[in-house]
Amino acid sequence: MMLPTLLAAAALPLLQNGLFVGAILFSLGLVGILTRRNLIVMFLSAELMLQGISVSLVAWSRYHGDFGGQVLVIFVLSVAACEAAVALVFVLQAFTRTGRLDAAAWQSLREASLPRSVDHEIPAFNDAMPSFPRLTQAGHSPATDEAAASQRDHV
Amino acid sequence: MSPSQLLILVPLLPLLAALATVIAGRRLGSRAHLPAVFGIAAAAIVAVSLVITTARSSGGGENPRPVDMVTTLWEWATVADAYEPEAGSPAAVPGTAIGADAHAARPLSIAVALRLDPLTATMLAIITGVGLLVAVYSIGYMHDDPGYPRFFALVAMFVFSMSMLVAASNFLLVYVFWEAVGACSYLLIGFWFSKPEAARAAKKAFLVNRVGDFGLAIGVFLLWLTYGTLDFHDTLSPDGTILPGILGQTRLADVSGYVGGLVGTAICLLLLLAACGKSAQLPLHVWLPDAMEGPTPASALIHAATMVTAGIYLIARCAPLYMACPGALVTVSIIGTTTALVAALIGTVQNDLKRVLAYSTISQLGYMFASLGTGTLLGFTAAIFHLLTHAFFKALLFLGAGSVMHSMGGVIDMRRFGGLRKLMPITAVTFLIGSLALAGIAPFAGFFSKDEILASLHSKGWPDAHHAATGEHHALLTTPGLTGQTIHDVGYRGVSAQSDHALSSSAATGLDALNQPFVWQLLFWMALITAGLTAFYTFRAVFMTFTGPLRVPEEAGHHAHESPPVMTLPLLILAVPATLAGLVLFSTESLSHFLAATPSFTAPSVLETATPAVFHWDLAIQGTLAAALGIVLAAVGHLGRRSDGPQMERWLGPFRPFLEHRMFIDQLYVGLIVKPLEAIAFLAAMFDRAFIDGIVRGVAWLPVATGAVVRRLQSGMVQRYALAGVIGVLAIIVILAWRL
Repeated sequence: MMLPTLLAAAALPLLQNGLFVGAILFSLGLVGILTRRNLIVMFLSAELMLQGISVSLVAWSRYHGDFGGQVLVIFVLSVAACEAAVALVFVLQAFTRTGRLDAAAWQSLREASLPRSVDHEIPAFNDAMPSFPRLTQAGHSPATDEAAASQRDHV
Repeated sequence: MSPSQLLILVPLLPLLAALATVIAGRRLGSRAHLPAVFGIAAAAIVAVSLVITTARSSGGGENPRPVDMVTTLWEWATVADAYEPEAGSPAAVPGTAIGADAHAARPLSIAVALRLDPLTATMLAIITGVGLLVAVYSIGYMHDDPGYPRFFALVAMFVFSMSMLVAASNFLLVYVFWEAVGACSYLLIGFWFSKPEAARAAKKAFLVNRVGDFGLAIGVFLLWLTYGTLDFHDTLSPDGTILPGILGQTRLADVSGYVGGLVGTAICLLLLLAACGKSAQLPLHVWLPDAMEGPTPASALIHAATMVTAGIYLIARCAPLYMACPGALVTVSIIGTTTALVAALIGTVQNDLKRVLAYSTISQLGYMFASLGTGTLLGFTAAIFHLLTHAFFKALLFLGAGSVMHSMGGVIDMRRFGGLRKLMPITAVTFLIGSLALAGIAPFAGFFSKDEILASLHSKGWPDAHHAATGEHHALLTTPGLTGQTIHDVGYRGVSAQSDHALSSSAATGLDALNQPFVWQLLFWMALITAGLTAFYTFRAVFMTFTGPLRVPEEAGHHAHESPPVMTLPLLILAVPATLAGLVLFSTESLSHFLAATPSFTAPSVLETATPAVFHWDLAIQGTLAAALGIVLAAVGHLGRRSDGPQMERWLGPFRPFLEHRMFIDQLYVGLIVKPLEAIAFLAAMFDRAFIDGIVRGVAWLPVATGAVVRRLQSGMVQRYALAGVIGVLAIIVILAWRL
């Protein structure tokens, strides 16, 4: 048997493991970005998805004995770093505008005729406390409030 | 300079004057008349010199040589191999091929060619002469008008267009300038366009003229199909072949050169339709009385002296074509005489001085048509003779009416003023001279020309009497209409005529059957009655305006005095030819001999109708008696009155409202043409609003409806957008997996 084929046969379980880990990471990130409303957590979930892809790229790279995949991962990392810098600026700006890290705080950008979504329980805002970023409710889609549907809040 | 080069100057100078007025009119201000007056004056001098040159080269005397000088300026358009004459078609006149085959394909070439012949020279002299006097008169009449430069630009433009119309040697050019004079007429009728009646009258004149112009266009197409050329003159093609022009010497010399039958009659009737539109003959006369809304000098120049004679010119120019179709000729006479009578009847009850003159113009033009339709050399020359004298005395009458209107502060209703002879003696005397000429009282100009017209009609109605009187021409003339019939029989035997010959003979002879002596006798009596009516309405106007106690409407203000010299001078100048032109031209026979040298009148079919000029005492006495009767009736009814006397009420009885409403012809047109068209327009508008607009709105509604559905996706929740993205990616993956 030729050497590359032997190497490939030996590397197959390693590839499968790597792909499993990558897939799990990607799925976790995807679920996180779809379910969480906190901007920072959403950003972290997106990073998680990137890393999932990076792991599978490394796994394939190793399996094929080709460093192209790993080089690509280095690129992904550096692009992710830049992206993090930009995204965090956006998050910061979003927070200073609304005082919240909730993505739903920006639902006033919806179509005017659509009803407004409201949370089931909104945590009371304490003016005495300094305005810290807080995690908001997550895990279920907000219900719609017909009464508040007509008004638009700040933009 | 040669006569041909001088001929170019006649239209060119007024054109330059018009352009100069357009460019510098505002800057010239109250001197804006200078380019037009000097341009037209120079053109008039050139035109008179051209008349002298043409008369010299025709040789004068009894048998003048045809004079035909053609100048080709440039080729406007050329289409190679546009026409291939069929064997035996009249497009190829036998015996004309010098070099190559006469049946070879020939080009459609529209040459901008001017011609000089006696008819053109006469018309040019009339146009520029009357145009000059009208331009001078307008200096006084139009002073202080805000559109002063515009008026003179239009008058100069009109003189240019009209000169080109009579000088053009090509049917397409004739058509172009036929439209150009119509456009000038439209602009001058609507000169005071802020006045709704003027705007409406201009529109009416333009639209009614379209009907006639349509006839001319179709007529020109038929001429092209039949003769394979549109030139009047013969042209030499590069290969040395003579292309016989429609009115060129080659075709004129050929006895079978002109098409009779159905095609020929159709051409003639279409040209007649065009002439009816431009010359305001029944049934297209309705625009001319309304055209009086324009400035009076424009009415004098365009709607009395020159433009309305374009129809007379066209038919006279196409005389050989008409000679081949006796049915068309008699139609011309019937339309002319009927128009003359109808217009004279309506004219007897009009109270607007300019309207009386307008109906008089229609009536006199009808006389000219009646004369043209006789199809004799006498008839053709008499029509042009009457055209000439009419131009002088009708321009005189119109300018006199304008002088009255000017001093009455714009009031033209004869019931509101009277006795003006004391106030404005020059206008009164010159108006009286014009009226005497129009009424046909010897020795004023209209008497002689009208006498010739009556003589030409009489010679058709009682041919034997005339031959006995003249004692000649028995060999040539046997019965009226036979001359035309001969041409018809030996004429068109083309391929297309073979198939529809039965049809053509039946259709053409239907009209030819009208060419009977009793028809002509009837026309003669109608013309004679018209002569009496003419004298009546003319002197009714004279008596109502100038006799009786002095009455001036309050609108007159400080204007109520004799017009300034710049206006009375043209009146005095015009009074001279209105008095003398008839006597001089008739006694010396110079005009008829001069005109006889026109190529169109040298066709054998025209020449063989020539009769020696005789003064018909019997006709002169009948005409004068009719006129005198009319004047006496007018004196009984109107002398010294400002309105119709009780005698008139009694005489006219129930006819009065009928005539006052212009025989309800306008209402008939409104009912038959305008209202149905408006109904169709209403239906079209409904269709447009309901159906076409419905489609357009439907197209606009589609994206709105789509948007209303898709819009619900934009919820403002980022997670839902992300979910949509995920679903999209999944869908792509699924589709790709499916495809693989």
